[in-house]
Amino acid sequence: MSEMLIKNATVYDPINNINGDMMDIAVKDGKIVDSVGGSAQTIDAGGRLVYPGGVDAHTHIAGSKVNVGRIMRPDDSRLNNKPRTKVTRPRTGYTVPNVYSMGYGYAEMGYTTAFEAAVPILKARHTHEELEEIPIIDKAGLTLFGSNWMVMDAIREDDLDRLAAYVAWGLLASRGWGIKIVNPGGGEAWGFGKNVSGLDDPVPNFEVTPRQIVKQLAEANEKLNLPHSIHLHCNNLGKPGNYETTLATFDVCKDIKSKRDRQSLHVTHVQFNAWGGNHWGDFESKSEPIADYLNKNDFLTIDMGQLVFGSATTMTADGPVQYANARLLKARWSNGDVELEDSSGVTPLEYHPQSYIHGIMWAIGLELALLTKDPWQVLMTTDHPNGGPYVNYPMVMTMLMSQKRREKEMAKIAELTFERTSIAGIDRELDWYDIAIKTRAAHAKVQGIIELGKGHLGVGADADIAIYDIKPDETDATMEFDKVEAAFRHAAYTIKGGEIVVKDGEITAVPKGRTYWVKATAPADGHERMMEDLKMKFKKYYSVNMANYMVQDEYVEHPVVFETGYQ
Amino acid sequence: MIIKDVLCPFCGCLCDDLTVEVENNKVVDVKHACKIGTSKIMGHDRIKAPMMRDDKNGEFREVSYDEAINESAKILANSKRPLLYGWASGVCEMMKKGVLLNEEVGGIIDNTASVCHGPSALGVHEKGLPTGTLGQFANRTDLVVFWGCNPVQAHPRHMSRYSVFNKGFFTTKGRKSRKVVVFDVRKTDTAEMADEYVQVNPGEDYMVISALRAVVADKADVIPDSVGGVPKEKLVELGEAMKGAKYGMVYFGMGLTQSRGKYKNIDNAVSLITELNAHGKHSILPMRGHYNVTGFGQVCAWETGFANAVDMSRGIPYYNPGETCSNDLLMREEIDSAMIIAGDAGAHFPAQSIARMSKVPVIQVDPFHNPTTEMANIVIPTKVSGVELEGTAYRMDSVSLRMRKLVDVDFPSDEEVLDKIIAKVREIKGASS
Repeated sequence: MSEMLIKNATVYDPINNINGDMMDIAVKDGKIVDSVGGSAQTIDAGGRLVYPGGVDAHTHIAGSKVNVGRIMRPDDSRLNNKPRTKVTRPRTGYTVPNVYSMGYGYAEMGYTTAFEAAVPILKARHTHEELEEIPIIDKAGLTLFGSNWMVMDAIREDDLDRLAAYVAWGLLASRGWGIKIVNPGGGEAWGFGKNVSGLDDPVPNFEVTPRQIVKQLAEANEKLNLPHSIHLHCNNLGKPGNYETTLATFDVCKDIKSKRDRQSLHVTHVQFNAWGGNHWGDFESKSEPIADYLNKNDFLTIDMGQLVFGSATTMTADGPVQYANARLLKARWSNGDVELEDSSGVTPLEYHPQSYIHGIMWAIGLELALLTKDPWQVLMTTDHPNGGPYVNYPMVMTMLMSQKRREKEMAKIAELTFERTSIAGIDRELDWYDIAIKTRAAHAKVQGIIELGKGHLGVGADADIAIYDIKPDETDATMEFDKVEAAFRHAAYTIKGGEIVVKDGEITAVPKGRTYWVKATAPADGHERMMEDLKMKFKKYYSVNMANYMVQDEYVEHPVVFETGYQ
Repeated sequence: MIIKDVLCPFCGCLCDDLTVEVENNKVVDVKHACKIGTSKIMGHDRIKAPMMRDDKNGEFREVSYDEAINESAKILANSKRPLLYGWASGVCEMMKKGVLLNEEVGGIIDNTASVCHGPSALGVHEKGLPTGTLGQFANRTDLVVFWGCNPVQAHPRHMSRYSVFNKGFFTTKGRKSRKVVVFDVRKTDTAEMADEYVQVNPGEDYMVISALRAVVADKADVIPDSVGGVPKEKLVELGEAMKGAKYGMVYFGMGLTQSRGKYKNIDNAVSLITELNAHGKHSILPMRGHYNVTGFGQVCAWETGFANAVDMSRGIPYYNPGETCSNDLLMREEIDSAMIIAGDAGAHFPAQSIARMSKVPVIQVDPFHNPTTEMANIVIPTKVSGVELEGTAYRMDSVSLRMRKLVDVDFPSDEEVLDKIIAKVREIKGASS
């Protein structure tokens, strides 16, 4: 029976409405409890900042495209290298770190949970092989469904039960957490080098539209009562003028009723989708109409996809956008079509503050977070490693907390940026409580893992706790941003499941994390029709046999199964 | 007992549709596999027990596993530049242990790609790799190019399952749905079956690719009358055919990676494919040899950041092909011991490297006797993965699949042997530090 008491903690736990209260936190057997005995291990937080362990609802940390990034970029793997210690393995890489560095890096910042945001079913085994090797943090993967033949055939025939049955089967096959949709229909069109141009542009050969794909997958999501909503990467990502498609896409889900206490639509890395102008010449921010929509509607949430200047490796199931990027930038390009399921691409790039396009992108991410009133609606991410590596989260947090910090960054940025954005005129500064929402509480709510004990410090929750070497009472985050950033970069303590894994910014233990996945029951008649179709597709079109396709139990060594289903 | 959906532990096709009959713990029949795969699964002469010898010209004597493992650990722990080479004919689970052992001994871990598709990886560093899964190609391709490879002999079921004869969603007429072109220095059996055979002068592939790029860029006027032995008219015709394809596919082999130009050939070929994507859809895929050579690149990349040739002597992973590949190190006579596991350096390395290996202690971990055995001081037989052991392997298109176990044997797995070596190395290093 391991017991721990964290005394004199200044706690921010938004899910339990705790806003900077000085209190003690008791831990027993990896969970938060009311009290512990006198012999418990004691940590005196001394009034320092205490958050629940960080949760990242959208990141790219494992699987085929991440490894393509590593293989394509030995230049990146030479960065940030650290030799092994008595507890850690050697670390390499900045934008595409090796598996060990991936886990250590999150833990050092006080993060304990991360969601890999794009898992093709056929390659899910690979994703889980890497997830298992990432130490410390808990994980889950979102399964790609947006250009899937089984999905599109069921939608064309307007057979929602069959669609829901396939989603349930796909989550089981991939050991996935939720429905990810990337550039709906575009992945299939990319199979012959084409794309779709908007919500009503039919997918070649399949006679369905992106609008139908989004709407019916959102309906199937609710039919299966999944913990997370659909997780959507909109059409036309990366194209000037795309904010109109984004707003129209929001509207598609306006009437979808969520069965749980969460959004019915999560749109991801909206920075890349809030673009105005007709071409790169008149490129401008359109974060205002997006934030305005969020301010008027509570059925949806987004994440920022904040840009960080410097090196990035872009990777997405949006195959056509990556080809366009590579051609535009004359950069290396890897493509990864997945039969019957989706596409993907990987391209390295460098974000320059003196490029007004990159400057505007930088501003848009922050504008989305600062112009949207409700902090629960906008999650802080960099869409790692698309907008920049996750290790820069502490810097982004200080940008949200301090106008002065933003001004310091603005001094480096091309002037044209400020004619085409509103960032310079925004004086909002988020507080410690807002940051707790934006980096853990809202992520847990959006992903539907609060009831699994994640993202908060209530009794019964996982004892995932971050203690930062900063005293909120004595620190003015709007002015002392360097100190705040340093504290967020290296937690004084990260406690994962009641075990101290980081002390004074150094990794002290490397437990294995768990993997969350959803087992959903499907409508019975839909299941039968679905299996008939599925068997035919394996026989005729897949290059692997059905018996070898599904991720076996051996690949998910520490599973947490969330059971739900059709009611 | 009939076991269905068995994976084949022979080539990079990693066929997963075999049916194997097992009687009394022996494989008696294999259906659907090619001849080579069948032969591998049916089994042949095994190394029966661990063996050691002090003098490489002397006779082996049988020893216990413990003795062979302890002696191996001693050699590796006491070496300054140990080489851990091979890995391609094993499962991913043992590769992870290999990376860990390399950290423990501060050695160099390298795989068979070093003398095969290693240059392809360098091409990828330069330009990336526009590719996809084999089913994508099976369903869509209307133009198939084999460049410097001969699947009829090396990947016997490739053409029927994935690339030429198979029918798919958009390729309903199978062979008739596709035009097949072979570029090669000699008329292979694959070339015999193609619609077009293009004979390229040895070592002049790079120029031929450049000429095709010129055609694709509408710059055919710069092409001389003949390039690499191919007449200009033919190059223009082929370049236009590529440009006009709905889905063009290039599969390439060691004829491109190991001939003059090496990685620059791949760099150029990837550029051609990238440029072609402005017209139709195009992909490219290396024809990987061993059933899990792709897996080593994957495992090594996620563990270390680099796909092969990782030198741990600095305490952090260091990668610089030309400096840290097996043959670079052997030819500079840096290597002072070698473990050859699930690969056969003896059969494939150049003479100068073999000469070095003949002078240093060599440990072989493998189920089968092969030319490496002739240079070994210690031989440790293990299970045949995919026949006697379950585990993960990556197909040539980087799709990972789980191999099945068909029969039980008493041999340890590679992973078990590595685990014990690691434990012993730690003991020795711990005692000396």
